[in-house]
Amino acid sequence: MLEIKNLHVSIEEEQKEILRGLDLKVGPGEVHAIMGPNGSGKSTLASVLAGRDGYEVTEGSISFDGDDLLELEADERAREGLFLAFQYPVELPGVSMSNFLKQAVSSVREHRGLDALSAGDFLKLMKEKAALVHLDPALKARAVNEGFSGGEKKRNEIFQLAMLDPKLAILDETDSGLDIDALRIVADGVNTLRSSDRSFVVITHYQRLLDYIVPDVVHVLVDGKIVLSGDKSLALKLEEHGYDWIRDESALPAS
Amino acid sequence: MSDNSTELLHEVADSEYKYGFVTDIESEKAPIGLNEDTVRFISAKKNEPDWLLKWRLKAYQHFVSLTDKEAMPDWAHLNIPEIDLQAISYYSAPKQNPEYESLDEVDPELLETFSKLGIPVQEQERLVGIAVDVVMDSVSVTTTFNAELDKNGIIFCSFGKAVQNHPELVKKYLGRVVPYTDNYFAALNSAVFSDGSFCYIPKGVRCPVELSTYFRINAAGTGQFERTLIVADDDSYVSYLEGCTAPQRDENQLHAAVVEIVAMESAEVKYSTIQNWYPGNADGVGGIFNFVTKRGICEGDRSKISWTQLETGSAITWKYPSCILKGDHSVGEFYSVAFTKGKQQADTGTKMIHIGKDTSSTIISKGISAGNSQNAYRGLVRVNRGAENARNFSQCDSMLLGDRCGAHTYPYLEISNPSAQVEHEATTSKVGEDQIFYCKARGISETDAIKLIVNGFCKEILAKLPMEFAVEARNLLAIELEGSVG
Ligand SMILES: Nc1ncnc2c1ncn2[C@@H]1O[C@H](COP(=O)(O)OP(=O)(O)OP(=O)(O)O)[C@@H](O)[C@H]1O
Ligand SMILES: [Mg+2]
Repeated sequence: MLEIKNLHVSIEEEQKEILRGLDLKVGPGEVHAIMGPNGSGKSTLASVLAGRDGYEVTEGSISFDGDDLLELEADERAREGLFLAFQYPVELPGVSMSNFLKQAVSSVREHRGLDALSAGDFLKLMKEKAALVHLDPALKARAVNEGFSGGEKKRNEIFQLAMLDPKLAILDETDSGLDIDALRIVADGVNTLRSSDRSFVVITHYQRLLDYIVPDVVHVLVDGKIVLSGDKSLALKLEEHGYDWIRDESALPAS
Repeated sequence: MSDNSTELLHEVADSEYKYGFVTDIESEKAPIGLNEDTVRFISAKKNEPDWLLKWRLKAYQHFVSLTDKEAMPDWAHLNIPEIDLQAISYYSAPKQNPEYESLDEVDPELLETFSKLGIPVQEQERLVGIAVDVVMDSVSVTTTFNAELDKNGIIFCSFGKAVQNHPELVKKYLGRVVPYTDNYFAALNSAVFSDGSFCYIPKGVRCPVELSTYFRINAAGTGQFERTLIVADDDSYVSYLEGCTAPQRDENQLHAAVVEIVAMESAEVKYSTIQNWYPGNADGVGGIFNFVTKRGICEGDRSKISWTQLETGSAITWKYPSCILKGDHSVGEFYSVAFTKGKQQADTGTKMIHIGKDTSSTIISKGISAGNSQNAYRGLVRVNRGAENARNFSQCDSMLLGDRCGAHTYPYLEISNPSAQVEHEATTSKVGEDQIFYCKARGISETDAIKLIVNGFCKEILAKLPMEFAVEARNLLAIELEGSVG
């Protein structure tokens, strides 16, 4: 599904290398968790995958479902089935959720050779998917993310995920800012969306999320590289000991 | 902004005017140039009574007495090229000039023009509740829905016709809100106005249809000087729509319209405009110079005048629809979206003059600038000494598409009564890279993303337009924003 090889990424304007030889392989239907200290490059990885401008890939490759992902524009990637749930969802004043999603869903469906949805079917779809994350129906009538609470914004991301039916979903700290109940609701939603042909990359700081969304693999990202991978017990170990022991370990071979 | 978005925005900004075409209807023109004889020619052509000719001549005398310094406005944020008033013909009428009984009799080419605009008259007629008084060049060609209006005693006709049939009303109100001494262009208009619309709503009548006029400048080299007068008597209501597009050409065209509105006790007038005249080509050649004086007076207590406009056209726009709040408890509103691209310049806004007690006004202005354009909001809120408890709320938001355009805000406050409550908010934003990326990450193309964001930005204003107009307005904005028009 996704294969990243030796990825090196710098910020275009600053000549600063953020990702420094990252490798990651996610198979169909797999759920991978990425953990790592602040500033280690997790969101940068998510942005590069989604196609945000301003990053320069200096080395390495990314293939997505057989395609060279780096050849595609951000909107093409989304239509091909890559979805990013933003760490900081963006407000679009005056743009209603339904109008926004209508455009998104119709461009995605058109690209995938599916018929356009009738107004009625679209509303039904919205209702069904909103229920998945218990999104307050009133929010669908409001402008995209405008005045949404932190938790509502995060739920709204998963709602959009469900609407767009991607092959690969990247969740960037979707759990932060959620209260305990909301965390479970969102996790349940994600679990419902798990399937043999949909993969997830879940970026998080908290082991607790991984109690609900049980990952196949846990990776630790430090200083722009994946320095350690393991099963879900790795997350527990991180929770207990922090990142220093990995830093020390990974520093050893280099010195 | 990334290279990609910048490129797209430039493309958007340079996209060509979609409504550029010239209808070939023979016109009868006044000799080129401006002098007393021009004024007499026009007045004679229109069979005007003596009092009106005299009024025009007084306006002309005033016009020529203005010194250079008093003449062209130099305070606006505009770069106005010299306009040779002697090179213009001041009157042009389609040669066949009858009023039509039905649309079948209308010149097919004219109907074609309307269908190119996407506003076929036939459809207009069918659209329940819309009467169209079509102003082609300067003379009214067709009026529909007269029966419905007659029944209510509403007068809605060309200005020329009103002069013939209702001289007492015209005489009473003409120049009352915008005297010919008001400004250079108002003086010029008063001297040489060709035609326009007249509307009178009798006491206690709610006009059951939206009154709608589609203006169009057609004959090459003809300045257009429209005169509109709307009088709403006590307890009446009317919604008036004005919309226009113009054919493409290479020489600049001068347009100096005057609109006057009088609202008597408890009357309400809602005036909506879509302005889409030819803005000039990508190099700024051609395009309409649009110098408009629009003003309404809330004469009676509890009266209300509301201006809503979508301005997307013209090379230069100079326009400040205003309200004089004379009656106690009267209300003035101004809602505006001004979109400029290419080399367009717009300096637009309003004046709210509070005179009566307990008057209130609302100003919401949204300026969107793209390309190399300049977009200025200029608004005056004046509260006179006797205007107890005046309230005003002003909000001016500007959005920049790209980095070669400009947005400017010039709010003026003149408060002479300490009980006034005045609030002003202003914001300037760039269409954010973040916002565009968020849309793209959901599969929405960059062009569609910009359309969504801009539409969202001016949504609250477009929602103030009457339904049919709102749809048209959104389409127009979408076309204006379209990267490549085909
Ligand atoms: N546009 C940018 N300009 C300059 N520096 C940037 C930019 N984007 C990211 N960085 C830097 O790159 C590093 C990695 O940032 P990133 O947001 O990927 O971290 P993260 O792992 O997601 O951290 P967190 O856990 O705090 O979300 C940080 O030092 C950050 O300051
Ligand atoms: Mg992050």
